[in-house]
Amino acid sequence: MIEGISIYEILTLTSILFFIGVYGFLTRKNLITMLLSIELILNASAINFVVINTYLYPENLQGVYFSVFMVAIAAAETALAVAIIINLYKLITSVEVKDTEIMKY
Amino acid sequence: MDFSYTALIPLIPLAVFLLLGMNYTRIKPAVSGWIGSLGLLVTLLLSYYTAYQYFFVVGKVGEVYQTFTEHWRWMTFTDTLYIDMGVMIDQISVMMLVVVSTISFMVHLYSRGYMKGDGGYTKFFAFLSLFTFSMMGLVLAVNLFQIYIFWELVGVSSFLLIGYYYTKPSAVSAAKKAFIVTRFADLGFLIGILIIGYYGGSFDFVTLVDPEGSAIANWASTSFMGLSVITWGLILIFMGGAGKSAMFPLHIWLPDAMEGPTPVSALIHAATMVVAGVYLVARLFPMYYFVESGYALNLVAWVGAFSALFAAVIALTQNDIKRVLAYSTMSQIGYMMLALGVSGYEGHDGLGYMSSMFHLFTHAMFKGLLFLAAGSIIHAVHSNYLKDMGSLRKYMPVTHITFLIAALSISGFPGFAGFFSKDEILVAAYEHNPFIYLIGLLVAGMTAFYMFRIYFGIFWGEDRKYEHTPHESPVSMTFPLVFLAAMSILTGYIPFSSLVTADHMPFEAHLNYPLAGLAVGVGLIGIGLAYLLYKKPSDLPERVSKGFGNLYTWAYHKFYFDELYLFITKEIIFKRISAPFAWFDRNVVDGTMNLIGNSTVAGSKGIRKLQSGRLQDYAFAFIAGAVILAMLFIYNWII
Amino acid sequence: MERALFYIIALIMVLYAIKAVTSRKMLRSVVYLLFVLTGIAGIYFMVDYTFMAAVQLAVYAGGVIVLIIFSVLLVHHIELRLDVSKLSQRVMAGVVSILGLVLTLYAIHTYDFVPSAAQQPIEVSQIGRGMLSFEDGGFILPFEVISVLLVAVMIGAIVIAKGKKLEQ
Repeated sequence: MIEGISIYEILTLTSILFFIGVYGFLTRKNLITMLLSIELILNASAINFVVINTYLYPENLQGVYFSVFMVAIAAAETALAVAIIINLYKLITSVEVKDTEIMKY
Repeated sequence: MDFSYTALIPLIPLAVFLLLGMNYTRIKPAVSGWIGSLGLLVTLLLSYYTAYQYFFVVGKVGEVYQTFTEHWRWMTFTDTLYIDMGVMIDQISVMMLVVVSTISFMVHLYSRGYMKGDGGYTKFFAFLSLFTFSMMGLVLAVNLFQIYIFWELVGVSSFLLIGYYYTKPSAVSAAKKAFIVTRFADLGFLIGILIIGYYGGSFDFVTLVDPEGSAIANWASTSFMGLSVITWGLILIFMGGAGKSAMFPLHIWLPDAMEGPTPVSALIHAATMVVAGVYLVARLFPMYYFVESGYALNLVAWVGAFSALFAAVIALTQNDIKRVLAYSTMSQIGYMMLALGVSGYEGHDGLGYMSSMFHLFTHAMFKGLLFLAAGSIIHAVHSNYLKDMGSLRKYMPVTHITFLIAALSISGFPGFAGFFSKDEILVAAYEHNPFIYLIGLLVAGMTAFYMFRIYFGIFWGEDRKYEHTPHESPVSMTFPLVFLAAMSILTGYIPFSSLVTADHMPFEAHLNYPLAGLAVGVGLIGIGLAYLLYKKPSDLPERVSKGFGNLYTWAYHKFYFDELYLFITKEIIFKRISAPFAWFDRNVVDGTMNLIGNSTVAGSKGIRKLQSGRLQDYAFAFIAGAVILAMLFIYNWII
Repeated sequence: MERALFYIIALIMVLYAIKAVTSRKMLRSVVYLLFVLTGIAGIYFMVDYTFMAAVQLAVYAGGVIVLIIFSVLLVHHIELRLDVSKLSQRVMAGVVSILGLVLTLYAIHTYDFVPSAAQQPIEVSQIGRGMLSFEDGGFILPFEVISVLLVAVMIGAIVIAKGKKLEQ
């Protein structure tokens, strides 16, 4: 709970961050920058959980736990994604999205 | 009296056709010849038995020959709308059964010898049986629908048989021409049937021809352009009959149909199929006579007379003996139509009807014989043309004598069958319309002349040296000739007027000696002229034909009717009428279909881009979809 | 005072987020993201959620960003200017994003959030105890599941990173 800030403003902030992340995901042509946008999205939703928890239901801690898990998952996912990107780079020497477009059939 | 066994008469040839047709490759030719002939023999015996039963055992009931019908319900649409198949046994159908089965059997026997060695022997006999089945069905038809169905079947059989030598382009186009011209005539026939069925109230023959029935009694109820609707229907039905019987102006297919094998010409285009039109008019004769005081009947008479004259003039000039015989057939059928046209109904007035049927009977015999003999000759000389023939009497005695008998019969020589039947026709014509009588007399003279022209040209004329000595045909071919020759004499003595009449009651027909003498005289003049010009080789014929100048050229070219029709169809119908329709069909109708198809393809191409394989496109669709759905359904913000 | 601080942090975060997603140089995007993540840690500090703020800084700013920078350096020529996508794509994405944003803000602002009066600070010991308890409100199951997930991720990362050499 922050003194003087209502929940609406924080939620507005997180929504803006979320949709900036969405925009970035849809617009970027590079795999790594797409990854960055995903990080934005995940973090915005993590703040959401925490804020709603502390403002509306302070006796439970479920939002807190959720944010912890989200950080864990996001980190794991980023690690894996980087591994895949590097492997892909070894295969096609490029990290552009357009080079990964060929469907199997 | 139960005549339902007569349904077997068409069904036996059908069974033979199916048997031969389905085992086409497995049956040896000789066996198929036997099977075909045997089937026809059974049919023949059944037909003769039926005739005997009908005319002699059942006979007349109080001076009137009864009509027997058997119906089998074929298609039911509603309680009141249905189509039957059946057999109708009355005087003319029994007579036709005898004619068709006799000629067909003779042709089967003849073909066993004539077609020997031909590759499609089994096929030929299968088609012959198909034709016999169709013709029998036509003759026994009990309503207009059934006769139309078998009419078309006969047309198909004719097509198959004319185009039998399918590797010859001329045969193929002749078959097409026959089928198309008769099909065109059948359009009129169909429309006529529909009109009669609708305004007459029934398709059934017995109901239609009843003089007190509603079809005839109410003929004046509806009118169209000055004539009763029933009259129009009858005229259109006659159009169908004229097409099948090669009456002017639908005659163009008959000479070309000579491309088929000669037994086919004998069976179909001389004795049986081409008389189907005459049979049709005879079948509906009370309607033709009573409706609008015989307006349609008058039309029949004039068409017949004109066709007879037209064909006789052309036959004078032709050099192909089969073509002469074809035009002769057209001319004789013109006689039959003419006779029907001038006929009355009651008693002696119905002389025209009786003589028409009588002439049909005798003509089948001697024309069939003429064609079969021509086949013999062509077989021996390997050519159809007069210029390649001469003095054949030394080499082919049997053919010579039988041909002479048939030629005398057709010329109306006293004592032979043709004399009796032709004479009755001329008497009937004289009693009703003198002008038509004069045409008939003139045609009789011309008939004698052109018939003996080819007789002398083949059997006398030049003493030609042949490369391969022509030999007489084998017995399988000469037996039918002899039989038909006997028939060409004996059938004249059948008392037809006590058997086949318009009002089903027999009457006495007498020989009218003055008119008979006149006809015989004209015939003898024709024979004499031919004798003078053709018995010995001379240049007299050329001088005579040059004397006629342009008229000769026009007649030789069949009065250019083929060219005229070709012009009309190619230039006018194809270019002006069909081509725009074809354009419309190809561009507008097909274009619409193609448009629908292509737009689907284009749409699918567009939609295919959705499955692009690009992750961002999928994510975009996902998010946009979620947003839009949320807007529409959760918040009801209708965009 | 907190208000002003909050607004400054918010403004920085939004600005750098936008720059992160539109920058044409890879490394700069990463660095801008770092700033955003730091801002988020600041927000956590402001709601007295110090544990998470520390975790955020340590894991994210220290671990994830470094990881991404390594990968950038491995696969990319740093001086290279990135391509931008087609204008139509950007416009469509922008429209969808803004639409979604409008929708979300509408949803948020029409809902009556009732802040709770009682406020407790968030103790780490409370978090720990809750994470391992299996009474009501306990999160032991997700905790164990996460550990399984982490094992899977580790194995997967090793396999992928090793590549084809594993078979030989």
